[in-house]
Amino acid sequence: MVRSSLKDEIVQITCRVNGKTYQGAAEPRTLLVYFLRDELNLTGTHVGCDTGHCGACTILMDGKTVKSCMLLAVQAQDADITTVEGLAKDNKLHPIQEAFWENHGLQCGYCTPGMLMSSLFLLQRNPDPTEEEIRRGIEGNLCRCTGYVNIVKSVKAAGEKMRESGKASGKISK
Amino acid sequence: MTPKKFDYYAPTSLREAIKILHTKDDAKVLAGGQSLLALMKLRLATPSVLVDITRINDDLSFVKRGKDSLILGSLTPHDVIERNETIKKLFPILADAASKIGDQQIRNRGTVGGSCCHADPAADLPTAMTALDPLFVVRGPKRERSIPCAKFFVDTFTTSVSKDEILTEIRIPLLPRNSGSAYIKHSRREGDFAIVGVGAAVILDSKGVCKDVRISLGAVAPTPIRAKSSEKYLKGKKLNESAIGEAAEKANEEADPPSDMHGSREYRLAMIKVFTRRTLNLAVSRAK
Repeated sequence: MVRSSLKDEIVQITCRVNGKTYQGAAEPRTLLVYFLRDELNLTGTHVGCDTGHCGACTILMDGKTVKSCMLLAVQAQDADITTVEGLAKDNKLHPIQEAFWENHGLQCGYCTPGMLMSSLFLLQRNPDPTEEEIRRGIEGNLCRCTGYVNIVKSVKAAGEKMRESGKASGKISK
Repeated sequence: MTPKKFDYYAPTSLREAIKILHTKDDAKVLAGGQSLLALMKLRLATPSVLVDITRINDDLSFVKRGKDSLILGSLTPHDVIERNETIKKLFPILADAASKIGDQQIRNRGTVGGSCCHADPAADLPTAMTALDPLFVVRGPKRERSIPCAKFFVDTFTTSVSKDEILTEIRIPLLPRNSGSAYIKHSRREGDFAIVGVGAAVILDSKGVCKDVRISLGAVAPTPIRAKSSEKYLKGKKLNESAIGEAAEKANEEADPPSDMHGSREYRLAMIKVFTRRTLNLAVSRAK
């Protein structure tokens, strides 16, 4: 038995986030996004709708994008997580972040952390996506400002940057 | 939004998971959680015990080609079903359906067994499965049993899986040569639940005459249903435009669709015909 917990009991959860091992406490019903933000103080991951629709809370868990408001924190026990804080390395932005900056891929920026993580997942699988593939790849991420045109442009540009620097194989900062 | 308090169990074996389900009242199995957690956050579901089966050591996430069936592990994610080459070749209907579920994040996490056990009549995989007539293999405290598809979906959000049983496999009988399958979903926005979902599996002979056909309809009754009068009409006919058109006209005879904010009953009855025609055409085109 990995874990059996009683009501009201606080559970200790250990997981790797952006290459670092964290331990924190949560109730079994605590959602992963609140664990990341309130317990681990990783507030880069945003809570948008809190109902699993908007994708602002998207993170990579064991290499795949998930909405962290649609998982319990206890489900992240022993998981390997990447949040938006894990993208930049040594004070240098990730190519996806650079591309969003250069192509005005954000306005208010609220959806951006999730948008970046979905873009990363898409480009790792498909380094040179078509516009249609990009739009499908980010269909789980809602943006109320941009109308998506510049986001699509940014993802396309990010793909070019990552292909150039050979990063499309999925190397991200650890 | 936070679910109501519950006990959380993460057993490491199927046996242990079944034991917990057997001894606890009001327990729910947690797989990918993309439907269950949404309901729990809205407090539409308030189980007092959650049994997380994603940490058990028994492998329940696989796609295996058996001698006469394709076997899917119940924890196989939608994303795998959408992209798996064997599935795309043998049962494109399943890839069609999986690719239309929610969005990438949901497809990464949601599972085929979870979707079938959740039994939302508007969900894509239950409807697609209904056109393939699979066996659902469930394990309980004493024995394993196979539930035929026609007996699996009982009512909205209700299956014939008992409270101390866990779905482990779905066994889909292989289709012979000259067969094709397809699923088309009608929704206002990509990723929404279906207003109408139609699945079809057609088996033709070498001259293009229909030997057998199954047509399934989603979101038009408390469970996915078969359009039996259309099926009956098509058997033994050459599947040309006029036969498919005539079959589509009959497709809503067994349906009893609800009216809700996504579409009125009348609208759904009309759309069943349109999407049955399109789905049959796609399935037939794949059979050639």
